[in-house]
This record gives sequence, C-alpha cells and structure tokens, in this order.
Amino acid sequence: MKTKIAIIGGGPAGLAAAIEAYDKGVKDVVILERDSLLGGILNQCIHNGFGLHTFKEELTGPEYAQRFIDKVKERNIQCLLETIVIDISDKKVITAMSKERGIFTIEAEAIVLAMGCRERPRGALNTPGYRPAGIYSAGTAQRYVNIEGKMPGHKVVILGSGDIGLIMARRMTLEGAKVEAVAELMPYSGGLKRNIVQCLDDFGIPLKLSTTVIDIDGKDRVTSVTLAKVDEKMQPIPGTEEKIECDTLLLSCGLLPENELSSQMGVDLSPVTGGAKVDESLETSIDGVFACGNVLHVHDLVDYVSKEASEAGRHAAEYVLGNKTKRSEEVVNISTGNGVRYTVPVCVRKDRLEDLLTIRFRVGNVYKNPEICVYLGDKCIQRRKKQICAPGEMEQVILKKADILADDGAKEIKIAIETN
Amino acid sequence: MQTRNLTCIGCPMGCALTVEYTPGDKDSIKVTGYTCQRGLKYAIDEVTNPTRTVTGTIRVSNRKNLVVSVKTKDPIPKDKIDAVAEKLKEISVKAPTKIGDVALSNIENTGVDLVITKNID
Repeated sequence: MKTKIAIIGGGPAGLAAAIEAYDKGVKDVVILERDSLLGGILNQCIHNGFGLHTFKEELTGPEYAQRFIDKVKERNIQCLLETIVIDISDKKVITAMSKERGIFTIEAEAIVLAMGCRERPRGALNTPGYRPAGIYSAGTAQRYVNIEGKMPGHKVVILGSGDIGLIMARRMTLEGAKVEAVAELMPYSGGLKRNIVQCLDDFGIPLKLSTTVIDIDGKDRVTSVTLAKVDEKMQPIPGTEEKIECDTLLLSCGLLPENELSSQMGVDLSPVTGGAKVDESLETSIDGVFACGNVLHVHDLVDYVSKEASEAGRHAAEYVLGNKTKRSEEVVNISTGNGVRYTVPVCVRKDRLEDLLTIRFRVGNVYKNPEICVYLGDKCIQRRKKQICAPGEMEQVILKKADILADDGAKEIKIAIETN
Repeated sequence: MQTRNLTCIGCPMGCALTVEYTPGDKDSIKVTGYTCQRGLKYAIDEVTNPTRTVTGTIRVSNRKNLVVSVKTKDPIPKDKIDAVAEKLKEISVKAPTKIGDVALSNIENTGVDLVITKNID
C-alpha cells in the first residue's frame, strides 16, 4: 500500500495533524491507530477542563476528542484501527500489523509521528519493597475506573503529584475509596493549582511535599507503604518515617514520550525531552518525517497538542506538495540559557522561516517575577515579564521573522530566564 | 466572624488568600492576599456560592465491562458533590449513547441535568 501522508497514532495529535494535512490539499492521508477507537488517552480522561483555548468552553476528554473525530469522519480520512506499527525504515516504509491484514507495509511520502507518551513505571523509580498486587500507574487505574467500571482498590496512597495523580485522587474518592495521602518528592507539585484545590483540598486529602515512598509491604497484596521526608539531596531523612496502611499504591511520576519507533528509524532524539529534535517546521532529522504532541515533548494542555499537531500536519502537506524549500545546511541553533530545560524546535533554517516562529519550552524550577529573555547572538531581541514560571506549565515565545533575519551573521538564538 | 484560608486557582501563582466574613452577610467579606481581580472574585465566590462541575461514570446495562462517562451540564453547589456521586452508582443507561443525551434530569434537585459525554455505538 502507498500513501502520501501516514500518521502514526490516532490520539489528539494524530487527529489534528490529519485534519490540517487534508485541509491543506493532501487528501491521501492515513491514520494508523493501535486501539479499537480514535481519541487516544482522552477517552479515559473523563474530567472537564479540556478545550478552554480551542473551543472557549470546558469539555471532558471524550467530548474534546469527538470534535476532532467528527472532523476526520466528515473528510473521510482513512483510519486503520487495531493496527500497530512495528517498524518504520529511514526510507519511510512502515511495517504494521493487524488481525485483518496480518503484517503489511505502507510506503509513505511523509510521516507524522504522533504516538504520544506513557507513564514512568515502577521499575524506573527504584522503589524499594515487595512486589505485591495493588501497585498501578495512575493512568492504568484511570482506565479501570473510567472505562471498565472496576475499582483497583479501596485504601489508596498516591506517589507523585502530577495532574493524573491528582485527578485520580478525586476520582477514587468519589467512587468510594479512601485516599490517605499524595506524596511528592519535590518541594512543589508538578500539577496545576486548580487540580490541587479541586482534587485534594476539596476532599481533605493531604499533599505531602518533599516526601517519598521508602518501603512497600505485603506479600500477595499491598498492606502498607512507608513514607519519609527527603532532604535537599532527595535522600530520606531518618526518623521521619510514616507507615500508612493501604491496599493500593498509585504512581504518577512523570510521562515519557514513546519513541521506540523513532529511534529504530534513526531519528535524532533529545536527551532532555526524550522526543525528536525538530526544526522550525517540526521536521525531524529525517527528511519528510515530522513529530508533534506528547511524542515530541510532554504538554500540559491538550489544546497546545492540537495546535502543534496541526502545524505538523500543514508542514507535512507542504512537503508532499513540493511547496517546501529543501533543507539547507545553514541553521540557527536555539540554545537553552539559565532556567530553560529544553526548547522545541532546537533549530531554525532562515530560508524556511514563516512570519512568526513559536518556540515552546519548559523551565526547571519555580521562578517568581521572572523575565523571559530571547537573545540573538549577543543582542536581546525580546524580554517579557511574567508573574511566575513553573516546571508544570509549558511556556512559549513568539518571534518575528524580521527580528531573526535582522542579524545576518547570528548563529544562535538563546532563551533564558532572568530574575532580579 | 469566620476565617478561611484558600489557594487561588486563577493561575500558577496560587496566591494564598485569607477571607474573613460573617456567613450570610456579603458586605462583611474581607479578602487579603490576592494579587489580581481574579483572586478577589474567586475568594468571594468560594465563601458565598462555591460550585463545581461533577464528572463520573454510570453503568451501561447492555454491555459487559463498560461504563459511560457523564457530567453535570453546569456547575452544581459544592455541598451536593457527594450526593451526586452516590446517585451515579444507582443509575444506568443503554448503549448506544450519544454526547449530550440527558441521563438524568435535575439530578439531586440541583436544577442541573446529568448528561452523557461519550459516544458508544
């Protein structure tokens, strides 16, 4: 089988990319999705708060997804469901597998990587203790409760205060479970303030900062976990141990872009985000292969995923239609200054710049009253005051093409956080 | 006179708000700790009429191992959250379901309908 644009993943990123590619004139688009339905993780995110930026209303996850699924269906975009991609070659030949077709290949002119991310598992956390039943990632518990209607446990401790953990604290409580505590290793929560208030404070669930799990007890099923405070070096402080009886431990300790396919095909990955290194067109190190959404870098809001993915879809369409300038060797790198963990993109090519360039990034710490500064060479070309920057929130700067082209010799754009 | 400590949810600042008020007397409300108007409004709403949208799931009676997601169409008074959550355990719908279908009107006398948020074929 041959196609103009193949989209790997039918979650929010894949859907938005497909719609935009189609609308920009490439009708031959195919979405490959391993699940039996489109929408990705949104299907189990039944809480509200999605779509405030895109639709100016608060939707639940499934409602947000359906808006995009409807658009895909209106356009008759081909969707191969229950189809898992097992390999992509650097020549853009996709090997996929499904019950219906067995193993088959698709030759694509362009590919949009939109596989999303997955949760950091217990094995990656080095949590001591037994390995009994009753330890789940928060997202697994979310699937059991919100899709299958099954309760993973009744007395719960949650490690990690990311948004999924906070949302599940409320969800389990409303379903009748007792959530004893949410423990967070860092001295601040990575979750949104709104979730801390409405998921924990509303239900009197304690949030224990600078605290981690140092032991898990129980042979067949979890019977208790032991929490302890940690010092500045993240080491448990003797004497602060607290044993909590429970039958369930949920882990909400970060998300990792799912890039096995990308690395197999030879796409350059960033060691910081775990996602592809992309240029101004969201194009990876392989020509005609684009990336967007949580497989590129983990986003805070799905609205930004949709926006980024639709840009990737447009660039893929331009590539296929031959409207894109061939990539030159001459690049302007984007570097991370004080406080900035990473940027997307990591570089721009001057001859492919559009009128406005959006650079998305995250900071590594909580900064009060910071200034976000952009340097071109030695010259500061943008400076913006903010009340706060926090690791849990994505930040962005928007640069004008004219400002970047103003200095012919500049080889580097630097983003930095400055505080007084 | 009562005192309540709140965390503003308007932005990541999460200002620590203190509200002093006499219940039932709107004019008595005194808010401190806010740094913008959103904080002031949030604090007043929280002590006069706090509301939340409740989301959850209900059983799909003609399907195995499947529930369907629902929400209150509008925010309901915060003190009704538990009653609404309990009610969700009692009711069920039949597939197919469609986004926006009313699963239960005027849930727990809130004047707000419970609506389906997921299409199931």
